[in-house]
Amino acid sequence: MSITVKFFASLRETLNRDVCSVEPSDAHTAVDVWRIATNGSEFPENTLIAINMDYAKPEQPVADGDEVAFFPPVTGG
Amino acid sequence: MLVELRGNNFDPWQEIQQFQNSHPELTGKFGATSVFVGTMRDFNDGKDVSSMFLEHYPEMTQKYLEDISTEASQKWSILDTLIIHRYGEIQPDDPIVLLVVWSAHRAQTIPACSYLIEELKMRAPFWKRETTKNQTRWVEKNTPV
Repeated sequence: MSITVKFFASLRETLNRDVCSVEPSDAHTAVDVWRIATNGSEFPENTLIAINMDYAKPEQPVADGDEVAFFPPVTGG
Repeated sequence: MLVELRGNNFDPWQEIQQFQNSHPELTGKFGATSVFVGTMRDFNDGKDVSSMFLEHYPEMTQKYLEDISTEASQKWSILDTLIIHRYGEIQPDDPIVLLVVWSAHRAQTIPACSYLIEELKMRAPFWKRETTKNQTRWVEKNTPV
């Protein structure tokens, strides 16, 4: 298995990708997932994280099979 | 409690009537119905807006809208709730979101309906991309109350 990584909205456009996967042996936290998925780029301010569709902190642990999503502040309603 | 994400335009008033018709257990029980309808404007942030695309994170959106509906029903004595939210291409004057709360009394429905829209705007993963005369742009934040 692996960790599925998703990007949404302006972040998806900036990175020019919507989904990728990361090897769980390389990533212990959500911010590790970000760095691996974006080739080492700094985690941008104001970016939100969800792990398995729940909001999470950058240092929150991740596990094999998780879905980790990164996106800008939400603007629904 | 019903939460629906819609890819096509809808008539909020018809949806309310249909929901009530299909929930006969509400008949005679509710003395108050609070409704919030969010509608697309043709202007924002000083510019004319001709259309909008509403992106969402489908599974997480459904989960959070169900969560806030459950939270509202735990905080207030309400009979039922309905949330319908659009995604995809939206035109000015189209409804974006419908929130409805039914209860015996207004003291329950009014704060519950307000809770639903404020929590939705803060937590539900939707993103608006507007098309103006010269550009498309992402809406970076919601308008404060």
